[in-house]
Amino acid sequence: MALKLKLNGTERTVDAEPGTPLLWVIRDELKLTGTKFGCGVASCGACTVHVDGEPTRSCLTFVEDVVDAEITTIEGLDGRIADAVQQAWVELDVVQCGYCQSGQVMSAVGLLTGNARPSVEDINDYMAGNACRCATYQRIRAGIQRASEILEA
Amino acid sequence: MTIETSRRGFLQGASALAAVLVVGVGADGALAAGDAGAQLTPFIRIGADGRVTAIIKHFEMGQGPATGLSTLIAEELGLRMDQIGYDFAPSNPKLYANLAFGQFQGTGGSTAMANSFSQYRTAGAAAREMLIKAAARTWGVDAATLDIVDGAVVGGGKSAPLGDFVAAAAGMDVPASPRLKDPATWRLIGNADVRRLDSAIKGNGQAKFAMDLHLPNQMVAVIARPPQFGGLVAGFDDAAARSVKGFIRAATLPNKAGVAVYAENTWAAMQARDAVEVQWDMSQAESRSSATIRAEIEAALNAEPAYNVLKNAPAPMDKAEKIVEQTFYFPLLAHAAMEPLNCTIEADADGGVTLHDGCQFTTIPHMAMAQILQLPMEKVRINTMLAGGSFGRRATPTADYQVEAALAFAITDRTRPVKLVWSREDDMRGGYYRPAFGHKVRVGLDADGRIVAWDHRIAGQSIMKGTPFEATIVHDGVDHSSVEGVADTPYRIPGMHVGLTDTKKATSTLWWRSVGHTHTAYAMETMMEMAARAASRDPLEFRLEYLAGDQDGNSDRDRKAAVLKLAAEKAGWGKAAAGRSQGIAVHKSFGSYVAEVVEISGDASSGVRIERVTCAVDCGIAVNPDVIKAQMEGGIGYGIGHAMRDEITLTRGVVDQSNFPDYEPLRIGDIGAIDVHIVPSAAAPSGVGEPSTPPSAPALANAISAAGHQVSVMPMASNGVEFA
Ligand code: FES
Ligand code: FES
Repeated sequence: MALKLKLNGTERTVDAEPGTPLLWVIRDELKLTGTKFGCGVASCGACTVHVDGEPTRSCLTFVEDVVDAEITTIEGLDGRIADAVQQAWVELDVVQCGYCQSGQVMSAVGLLTGNARPSVEDINDYMAGNACRCATYQRIRAGIQRASEILEA
Repeated sequence: MTIETSRRGFLQGASALAAVLVVGVGADGALAAGDAGAQLTPFIRIGADGRVTAIIKHFEMGQGPATGLSTLIAEELGLRMDQIGYDFAPSNPKLYANLAFGQFQGTGGSTAMANSFSQYRTAGAAAREMLIKAAARTWGVDAATLDIVDGAVVGGGKSAPLGDFVAAAAGMDVPASPRLKDPATWRLIGNADVRRLDSAIKGNGQAKFAMDLHLPNQMVAVIARPPQFGGLVAGFDDAAARSVKGFIRAATLPNKAGVAVYAENTWAAMQARDAVEVQWDMSQAESRSSATIRAEIEAALNAEPAYNVLKNAPAPMDKAEKIVEQTFYFPLLAHAAMEPLNCTIEADADGGVTLHDGCQFTTIPHMAMAQILQLPMEKVRINTMLAGGSFGRRATPTADYQVEAALAFAITDRTRPVKLVWSREDDMRGGYYRPAFGHKVRVGLDADGRIVAWDHRIAGQSIMKGTPFEATIVHDGVDHSSVEGVADTPYRIPGMHVGLTDTKKATSTLWWRSVGHTHTAYAMETMMEMAARAASRDPLEFRLEYLAGDQDGNSDRDRKAAVLKLAAEKAGWGKAAAGRSQGIAVHKSFGSYVAEVVEISGDASSGVRIERVTCAVDCGIAVNPDVIKAQMEGGIGYGIGHAMRDEITLTRGVVDQSNFPDYEPLRIGDIGAIDVHIVPSAAAPSGVGEPSTPPSAPALANAISAAGHQVSVMPMASNGVEFA
């Protein structure tokens, strides 16, 4: 059935059955492939998008539940905080294979939006649901701290 | 899709439009150069617009070869890193043979840099000489007065972009032996400020992995596989699947290994698969449980070994005053790379096909596709895409998932591209595991606490037997990947005997980041620790004693001792604060030497917290120091994460785990900090993708043991160790 979504600032009409995870609508219908499929059960964070600004696992979010929300994917991410995080990610070469990193960036932006100067504990808590099989965690932590510094400057 | 059109065009099509200089090697392996029509393996392509492209023959799963090989060319050619791009090579085993593997194109065994260090630099140096010679002719000056700086030919008060000389250079003979830059003048090799070329696109979602491919009119196929390994399809009913919107059809794979379920999109395919009811013939299927497999391994350890790997059997245990003995068990492990396995096959206009894949072992799937689809080799093309991790899993000797895709494609009318997608559960339950292994080690010490005998028995399922690698890795029945790291230990251990017994196949097995070293380093390095403790010696001093005596600085023992000392010094070995414990381990693998000190707080019963890991590595010339540091960090995380809490178990042949909740990955809070120190070296570059994994788990085990608990059965969390 046709549904209207507010995605990355524009209204998009998609053809999806109720019960379809937002992840697959974003990837297969809208062909926005920055949002990744990693586990499908909300335990890796690769599929993280923002729903009304909140980092949300799109693999366990039904599309019909977010028709009234503002959805942002990595492709639509912008603003000071996003810029700082992405700049820090490049400065510190956080990525390895890169497959988890859209999700890491989406979560990191979520963290810094609510907490401009997160402690190591804050980072470890907030980012616990974002797995990285390449184990880039040390640099994710440093990247968030660096982004926080950039934002303060 | 712009990705593959540009890739297909880069060698053929571009020639008619503009001049191009291509440098690489010819069929005879010698340096060669020419224009777009030249018959050679290109390593570098320079367009008339001056754009320089490194052609990467190794695939990129995160370990950094795209950046590394580009660095080598940029160094020799006089470019800044922002003046070079890269492209992955098409599949052509003759052209891109990985020298370490023979006539075979593939990535693995941490060979990318070792293999290409001289090839890519020489190609870069040749291109530089040719461009300079062309500029000297054009300007009527002596070539010796010219240089290439920041991508421009400069000298005699003139400066012009490289592109101006491409046409002239392409018509020249390739220099016989181009002069490489003096290492003292290197700007990029060894420069820790050089950044990865793929950071930006991976941080903003633009990087395209095979999973991200959407070809026009493609179908998505998922496979219903038997719950037990070796089960076969006896029949299926897809009546319920027909009500799933987007379902196309279901069909038994020709080899009966599963039912392919085709749909218009991924979610529909997954839904439809759940709705298909398959009847399985389990008569040939694996039906053992993990406990049985473990019992078989332990029985083998207690019997005479099938192979005496080192001649001096038995170990002279009668000379010992004291014997330290330990049995170890290492369970099956899944690789669980972040991107679940997938690939896409499409028909080409000339009757051939293209495989789009984060393809690691290019030649094997290439041959498999040709065979299954009854095509000549040259009608099979491979578009190598970025891979979301591998850790060995994408490199199967059977091309398992590409074969599935080829079979699923073959039984369609072949007009629509078929994208094969594995779910996380498929990936976790798909076999090709690190095999389970057991070790039984007895170390004899004399009255002064010196090792006089070392009896080391290993039992487990061979990885290499029955694969194309058997001829090179199995000798006299001994699969050296089962005993590497023990039988060839650099430690000068007297009275050492190593015995090996292969156990019966339980599941398909596969190399897993660092192969045999995943278990051998653990047994060796925790045994050294136990022996040191039994001898009342400091574990660092004790190890150094068995590495002493060469003093040429370049021997295995000297390099191993050097990393040990550096890691110990940087970690403040022996100076842990109250409530903290340290463990140390060192191991050589893939030509590199890595020592690690793990510092923990707490203990096995109150809860262990990993506060810090200090790592020292000697991998020869450090081409991209920051990439090397990242690989050490990642390899340590991979080793420690699995040692902490992961295992694949079977219950009557069914894999118990299915997804991350029961195969819990290392999480961000698990390791407090990792410090990496690189030993300066002028030796040829050696591996970096794997060598930090082997010492990580034993260093952790030794720290936990220093806090009072010996753990010799993995994973630790299921064997008496609480983690905070
Ligand atoms: S794919 Fe959604 S959390 Fe893993
Ligand atoms: S960078 Fe590979 S999974 Fe995170």
